[in-house]
Amino acid sequence: MTTPVQNRLNVEVNGIAIDCGTDARVLDAIRSAGFDVPTLCYDERSGPQGTCRMCLVDVEVNGQMQQVAACTAFASEEMRVETHSDSITDYRKTILEMLLSETSSPTNCPKCVSFKKCELHTAAEEYDAKWDAFPSLVVREKAKDDNPFIQRDYDYCISCFRCTNICNDWEQAGAIAIEGRGQENTIASFFNNNLLESPCTFCGQCINTCPTGALTDKKIVGTTKAEDLERTKSICPYCGVGCGIHLLTENGQLKGTEPDFDAPSRGSLCVKGQFASWEFVKSDERLKYPLIKENGSFRRASWDEALDLVTERFTAIRDDSGPDSLVCWSSARTVTEANYLMQKFARIGIGTNNIDNCSRT
Amino acid sequence: MAVMVGKGAMTNSIEELAGTDLLLVVGSNTTEAHPVISLRMKRAVRNGAKLIVIDPRKIELTKWATRHLQINIGTDIPLFNAFAHVMIKEGLYDREYVEHRTEGFDELAKHVEFYTPEYAAEICGVPAEDIIATAREYAAASGKAAICYTLGITEHSCGSHNVQSVANLGMLGGNFGKPNAGVNPLRGQNNVQGASDSGALPTDLPGYQKVERPGVREKFEKAWDAELPTRRGITKITAMDQMLRGKVKAAYIMGENTVISDPNTNHAQAALEATDFIVVQDIFMTDTAKLADVVLPAASFAESDGTFANSERRIQRVRPAIKPVGESRTDVDILLDLMDRFGVVQDLHSSSDVWDEMRQLAPIFTGITYDRLDSEGGLQWPCPTEDHPGTQFLHEDEMDSGMPGYFAPVDHIPPAEPTDSEYPLILTTGRRRSTYHTGTQTGRATGFELLVPSELAEIHPYDAEQLELIDGQKVTVSSRRGSVEVPIKVTERSPHGTIFMSFAFPELTQTNRLTSDAYDFITETPEFKACAIRIDKIEAHSPVAD
Repeated sequence: MTTPVQNRLNVEVNGIAIDCGTDARVLDAIRSAGFDVPTLCYDERSGPQGTCRMCLVDVEVNGQMQQVAACTAFASEEMRVETHSDSITDYRKTILEMLLSETSSPTNCPKCVSFKKCELHTAAEEYDAKWDAFPSLVVREKAKDDNPFIQRDYDYCISCFRCTNICNDWEQAGAIAIEGRGQENTIASFFNNNLLESPCTFCGQCINTCPTGALTDKKIVGTTKAEDLERTKSICPYCGVGCGIHLLTENGQLKGTEPDFDAPSRGSLCVKGQFASWEFVKSDERLKYPLIKENGSFRRASWDEALDLVTERFTAIRDDSGPDSLVCWSSARTVTEANYLMQKFARIGIGTNNIDNCSRT
Repeated sequence: MAVMVGKGAMTNSIEELAGTDLLLVVGSNTTEAHPVISLRMKRAVRNGAKLIVIDPRKIELTKWATRHLQINIGTDIPLFNAFAHVMIKEGLYDREYVEHRTEGFDELAKHVEFYTPEYAAEICGVPAEDIIATAREYAAASGKAAICYTLGITEHSCGSHNVQSVANLGMLGGNFGKPNAGVNPLRGQNNVQGASDSGALPTDLPGYQKVERPGVREKFEKAWDAELPTRRGITKITAMDQMLRGKVKAAYIMGENTVISDPNTNHAQAALEATDFIVVQDIFMTDTAKLADVVLPAASFAESDGTFANSERRIQRVRPAIKPVGESRTDVDILLDLMDRFGVVQDLHSSSDVWDEMRQLAPIFTGITYDRLDSEGGLQWPCPTEDHPGTQFLHEDEMDSGMPGYFAPVDHIPPAEPTDSEYPLILTTGRRRSTYHTGTQTGRATGFELLVPSELAEIHPYDAEQLELIDGQKVTVSSRRGSVEVPIKVTERSPHGTIFMSFAFPELTQTNRLTSDAYDFITETPEFKACAIRIDKIEAHSPVAD
C-alpha cells in the first residue's frame, strides 16, 4: 500500500475554483484566480513579511472562519478565500487612511508625478481612502544624503521596510537598516553615514521595490511627467546576464530606464543597468554622420559617398590581393542580427571566412 | 569546452544556481563583473549551499564563501588535476556517469596520478588539506554541484586547457545534464553569446556549424545562392600579426574598441596603422575609430531592433525606443545597404527578416520566432521546433554533441611571462562593478566618477611597504611593452606580489599598454590575467605636483 501523493491543492477564491501547488501561499492562489489585494510590504524576492496587513483576507477551512495575511499564510486543501468582504474592505480603507496621515499630500508624490502611480496611492484610490481622514502626523524630512543616485523622501515613507529587506535579504549588501522605533524610525546606513560611504552598491533595488514615492531615481525624478511617459521593453546593454529593462521615453526623447519585473531577471539590476544604461545614448559625443579621412583629418560625408568608397576600396583590395587580405570584426555589443549579416557579408560579399568577434577580449 | 562536450555556453541557467548544494566559483569576480548572477550565488549560500571560491585575489564574494583557495595566478590546472586525483583515488567520482556518458577515463586517471594534493599545493600555494576537502565536498554534492568560471580561467595562455581541466571535474562529478549543476562560463558582454551563435567566427557558420564539415557549406551555398570560401578564416589576433606583415590590407570593424580592449595597445595600434584601409562602425569616436579611413555612425541599442543572447543561451528582444540620433543608422540597416552594393541578392529588409533567415539555417534557433519572444519572453537555445519550450540545461540525455564527453588530460603551463628581477610583480587585469570594459558607456554616466574616480592599481600592504608607497600615491607601472602612471590603492584584496587594474579609464590610464600579447594557442584568447611588471615611484618635481 502506498499513500497517493497529493501534489495539487483545491482552493476556491471568491467562488472560483482553482488548483495550486502544495507550497502556494494564499496570495498565490488569489492571483492565479485572477484577483488581487494590495501588498504594500511584499516583494516576492525577499519573501513575505506580513507587516502592512493590507492583504488580510477572510478564509474558511473545514468550516472554521478566520482572517489571515494572504502573503504569509499557506493555502490548504478545500480552503475558501474571500478577498473583498465589506468588513475587510472597510478595514483596508482605514489602514490606508492611517498610512496616508503619516505622509505628505498624494498630489506631490515624486513617484506618481514623475514615473507612475505608486502602490500606496493606487490602493488609496481603489479603496477611496482620504488623505485627510485622520489628523496629519508631523511628516519627516527629506533624508540628507547628497549621493547622485537615490533620493529618499521620508515624508512619503510608510515604514514598510521593503527597502531594508531587499538590501539585506536579496542583495545581501547590508547598506541600510531601520534606526529608531515607531513613528520615530528612519532608514539609515550604519553610523548614519552617507550612502557613498556605506556598503551600498547603488543597485537601485530599494528604489524599485519602494511602494511609495519615498525612494526614487534621483537622475530622473522631476524631469518627467508620468502621464507622458512611454515604456519600451529592452535588455540592459552591459554584461552577459541580460537583465530586462524598460526604456523610458517622453515625446520621442529618451529619459531613463527602469527594471522589467516580468523578465527572467525578476527586476534585478546592478549599478550600471540602473544608473548608466541611457545617458551615453544621449551623449553629445555620439557620431551623427559618416566621416571620411582626407589628408589625416576627418570630413563629413554622405552615406552614399561613404559606402561607395568602402565598396570601391574593398573591391580593389580584394581584386589585387585576394579576399583573404580583408578581415571583418563583428561586435558583442550589437544585436545578433547584425552579427549574422556581418558574417554573411564577409563570406559571400567579400568571399572570406576572416570574420571574428570580440569574444576573446 | 566545445571540444569536449559540444558548444561553449553555460550548461545550466542562472536561476538554477540558487538551488545548488555546492558552488565552485573559479576565476570569476562575480559580485563585480556579474552582480545579478552573484545574487543567485548568495541566495544558494543562504539556502545552505557550500560556496568555494578559487581566486588569487580576496574578492568580495569570499565574504560568502565556505572556503577561499587563494591560488597563485595561472595554477588552475594543477589544482583541478589534484581534485580529480583525490576523487579517483578515493573512489568518489560518479562511476555510473563516467561509464555511460564519457570516454577517456583511464587516460585521465593515469594522467592525474602524478598530481597529488601535496604536489599541487606546492605549485598553487594553498594547503593540501584544502584541496582534499574541496574534492571530497564536490564529490559529495554529485549531481547538484555547479561550477562557474569567467575570464580568470580563459584569459591565460593555457586558457583552453584550463577550461578542459574544469570540465574534467564536471564530468567526474556527474554534473552535466542535471538541473542546479553543470559547468558554466559567465559571458562578459551583453551579446558575446549572440555574436558567436550567429557565426561571426572564422571556423563556424551560424549555429556552430563548422565551415569545414562536409555538407555544411553546401547547405549555406544553396540557401544564399552563392559560393562560399572553403578554408577557415583567421582570428583577430592572427589578423593583427598579418596586418603588421602586410598580408591583411583592409579591415571592417563594427562596434569594438580594439585599440583599448586588446592586449599590448602599442601592438594593436601599430597593426591598424599598417593597414591600408579601415572602416569603423561605432556610436562614438573611439581610439580605434580615430585610426579609420571611413567612420560610419551606428545607432545604439536603444535605437535598434533585434535580439541579444545572454550567458544562459537565452534569446531576448531589444526594441527601439527612439529614432537613431542624427544621421546614424542601425547596424542591420547599414550592412543591408552595403551588401546590396556588393551585389548580394537577398530579400531582407528588417531585423525580423534576418532572424527568420538565420533560424531556418541554424537548427538550434529554428523554433524561436519574434512572435514567441514577444509573447513568451526569452527562449533558451537549442529550440529546434516552434512547439519546443527551449532548453533550460544542456546535455540531459546525451552530450549536446551527440558524442560521449571526452576527458582531456592536460598539464600545467605557467604564464608566458614569468617575473624576474627587472619586472618582479605580476599584473592581473579585470573589471569593477561601476565601470565597464573600455568605459565608453559608464564614462558618460553622471555620478559614476564618485564611485571609482579613476584607475587605481591595487597592491598588497606588504608590497606597498617594501616599495615605500602610501595609499593614493601616484606611481609608474611598467612592463616590457609600455608604461602608465596611476595612483595605488593599498588593499589586502591583492595577494603578495600581484597588482590589479581594470581598463575602464583609457583617457588617463591605458592599462593594455602593459599587457602581454601571449595568447592561448587554441582559442587565441589573450593572456590578460598575468604579465610581469615593475612599479617605480614618481619623483615629485615640486611639493604640489599632482
